[in-house]
Amino acid sequence: MKMVTVTVTVNGEPRRASVEARKTLADFLREDCALTGTHLGCEHGVCGACTVLLDGAAVRSCLVFAVQADGADITTIEGIGGPGGELSPVQAAFRDAHGLQCGFCTPGFVVSVTAFLRDNADPTDEEIRDALSGNLCRCTGYQGIINAVRLAARAGVR
Amino acid sequence: MTTSPLQTAGRFVGQSVKRKEDPRLVTGHGRYVDDVTVPGMLHAAFLRSDVARGRITRLDVAAARECSGVHAVLTAADLNDRPAGPMLPSMFADGSQGISAPVRPLADGDVRFVGDPIALVVADSRYVAEDACELIEVEYEPLTAVVDFERAADDTENLVHPELGSNIASTMATPPDAALDEALSRAAHVVTETFYQQRQTPTPMETRGIVAHWDPYAAALRVWMSSQNPHEVRRTCARILGVAESRVRVVQQDVGGGFGQKYFMPRDEMTVVLASHLLGRPVKWIEDRRENLLSSNHARRDRATVTVGVDADGRIVGARIEHLEDSGAYANGGTGGTGMFVAMMFPGPYRIPRLGWSTTAVWTNTCGRGAYRGPWMMETVAREEMMDVVARAIGLDPLEFRRRNVIGRDELPYATASGMVYEHVSPSETLEQAASLIDYDGFRSRQAEARANGRYLGVGLGLYIEPQAGMGALGVEAANVRVEPDGTVNVFVGSGSHGQSLETTVAQVVAEHLGVDIDAVAVHQGDTDVAPFGGGTGGSRSGPILSPAARQAALEVRDKAIRIAAHLMEAAPDDLEIDGGVISVRGTPARSTTLAQVATTAYQQSDLLPPGMEPGLEVISRYKAPPVMYSNACHACTCEVDAATGHVTLTRYVVSEDCGVMINPMVVEGQIAGGVVQGIGGVLYEQIVYDDEGNPLTTTFLDYLVPTAAEVPVIEYGHVETPAATPGGYKGMGEGGAIGSVPAVFNAVADALAPLGARVNRLPLGPSEVLAAIEAAPAR
Ligand code: FES
Ligand code: FES
Repeated sequence: MKMVTVTVTVNGEPRRASVEARKTLADFLREDCALTGTHLGCEHGVCGACTVLLDGAAVRSCLVFAVQADGADITTIEGIGGPGGELSPVQAAFRDAHGLQCGFCTPGFVVSVTAFLRDNADPTDEEIRDALSGNLCRCTGYQGIINAVRLAARAGVR
Repeated sequence: MTTSPLQTAGRFVGQSVKRKEDPRLVTGHGRYVDDVTVPGMLHAAFLRSDVARGRITRLDVAAARECSGVHAVLTAADLNDRPAGPMLPSMFADGSQGISAPVRPLADGDVRFVGDPIALVVADSRYVAEDACELIEVEYEPLTAVVDFERAADDTENLVHPELGSNIASTMATPPDAALDEALSRAAHVVTETFYQQRQTPTPMETRGIVAHWDPYAAALRVWMSSQNPHEVRRTCARILGVAESRVRVVQQDVGGGFGQKYFMPRDEMTVVLASHLLGRPVKWIEDRRENLLSSNHARRDRATVTVGVDADGRIVGARIEHLEDSGAYANGGTGGTGMFVAMMFPGPYRIPRLGWSTTAVWTNTCGRGAYRGPWMMETVAREEMMDVVARAIGLDPLEFRRRNVIGRDELPYATASGMVYEHVSPSETLEQAASLIDYDGFRSRQAEARANGRYLGVGLGLYIEPQAGMGALGVEAANVRVEPDGTVNVFVGSGSHGQSLETTVAQVVAEHLGVDIDAVAVHQGDTDVAPFGGGTGGSRSGPILSPAARQAALEVRDKAIRIAAHLMEAAPDDLEIDGGVISVRGTPARSTTLAQVATTAYQQSDLLPPGMEPGLEVISRYKAPPVMYSNACHACTCEVDAATGHVTLTRYVVSEDCGVMINPMVVEGQIAGGVVQGIGGVLYEQIVYDDEGNPLTTTFLDYLVPTAAEVPVIEYGHVETPAATPGGYKGMGEGGAIGSVPAVFNAVADALAPLGARVNRLPLGPSEVLAAIEAAPAR
């Protein structure tokens, strides 16, 4: 199997690994970087649980090969909050609004919402629902998640 | 919206305390089974059948075994003689619960559904294991598959399980009842209708998965598994390996949802355990989404024919339900069905003086039936849909028809015709609260105006009583409350929380009754070496059964702490109180000691304890629940149907719930919301589809449509609080949201379609089904 070297920055830290060319970015992050907060709910691009920021853009890491991310700056769920475990405004809003139950979908939602509110600080309800529609949650019925986005927007996400 | 004040809000019980689970989960530091890595761990992938029924004429694994990085390619020849006991859930293993499917680790000679596992490849990585699966050569002689569950019982030629001699998995009925026949023959109106529910699947966002490590040197098994019920997994592993339960340690960490799918130990996980036992290596298997949709478990494929007789005043005089359910091929234990519960719970919240029923489960060459949130819900689906059909037939509004038949509080305790006895329920109150919250009367006038303008609005109700089983293995839970020398509290429980927030709610109960701050309490579950034996989390049981155990243990610890403090302080125990971990003389706060001091004394200065008292500050309490407990709720929703496109838009959604004393209203409402959206999905979007040959057509999230945030309405809540008679007054409510929502949404759509003359009796109601119903409507 053809091996390639991937050099990326993940949550501010340089990472370099030799991986199979077919390895997905999600598996690279989970296995080679030991960052298991990025979850796999479908591996076919629908559920959004694997969402990470790739050079600032929210992408589905199950649909990207690690080699395609070579040279990129990546932020995973582990890099969203503060280094001492402080919650980001979006993370705090998910907690405050009961935006999670089992928590499996949560990393993908938090990363997606972080990018969304960065680009649209004062969204309408319809824009919120539209932005969330690319992520699946089976536990919450989305009520707490939608409320969390409103709460985070009100708190002012920088 | 909370419309009634809580009767019992305490410092912690009754408060929307923020969850203890969340800091790790929102930061990506939860630990799910796929996050587990063990030194020397291998990775497994299944090769599965792609024909529904057929003989295996050739199986060649030589090329796969040669593949570099492959450690083993296991087939029936390697594994099927290894189980030391039945590959069934513990409650079915002795056969006393009736016939179960003849489960085997891997298909042997024939395959019985698309997805039936044929081989297990164990390799250095999942990528290699999947590569090797592709090198396995299988040939089949296809046979006629039994796919249509309505025809399965009569098919004596094509048998799903030839060993069983029939496609009928079970069948039961009430004896002939002349009084019922008489009541129906005298009724002013008798209405009969048949309802269908389509095949669905729970789809927790985390698929199933296991890491199994048989250590031949220690002769011990260690398992990490995505499970709702770690002690059940331990029992099952011990049984199939023929080892003592004390040699098996099961660890359930964070679990990404289950909804019933992870309550028992599934066949594939057992097969991975057998593989690890054979190889003496840790083996990880993580189900992919295709497998989850194809071969984990399906649910809800039911038909019910209901006959209801009513008198001239619109009062029900008797009813009959004939129920048929599809067990698939390998239902996980028994038929996988719940026909008995469907029959027993059919009367629901109404006075139905006489009831006749029959229920049959059939095997088909499809994925096995298993639990999904409210597994017996066909009783509510059929009954509530029927209430609207009857109301329309006799010219009464569905709300008025329910009012005339609903059981009132003054009639409690009420024994149903099926022998269930309700007490401490409030169906009438929740019906009225939901009707008022949705502004039922106002909606009816807006609906009439809209109809005049060619718009089709509808309102639907779903009223139900939700049972929680407390019999047998499901009836006991334990809590071990241990005050550590520094006064903090560890609580060990045998539950299997997988999103239900038990780390928070159990801590609330303990903090409330022990008299400590909630931050001082840590709740631990899921490790069978540490937790007391318990029944896991499922069947809406953790609230009503585990909470009383935690409450009782906390009260007993508190009592002991007070007796120690009284002895140390030379005070009367009755004069002492504990609050925030401080024990003081009531009214004289200066005379105090701390729980930390008391605990230190209890463990390390036992000479200072009252004479004869056992050292330590720790209690295990077990609570035995009544055989059945009940909560109740009413769902109401409104919708608009676009008669040109068949598209349904839900405009409002209201739930009036009575789950007794709420430990954490935020968590209660979260559970309701999650269930409601699963029910909405079940009516409008979700359906597992097979073609006539038994090929599944819904194997990705592009085909199996789980609702997204764009489709769901805002859910509004009302609470009625009728405490249960059990300690603490808590009731179960985890499943109800998914039950009441299905008929509420269905009835709203049917109501909107009624003026078009369109009749619906099948789920789902997607745009094409709605359009077909409109087209089939008799010209008017
Ligand atoms: S795992 Fe990537 S979108 Fe589902
Ligand atoms: S919280 Fe469980 S899937 Fe979203």
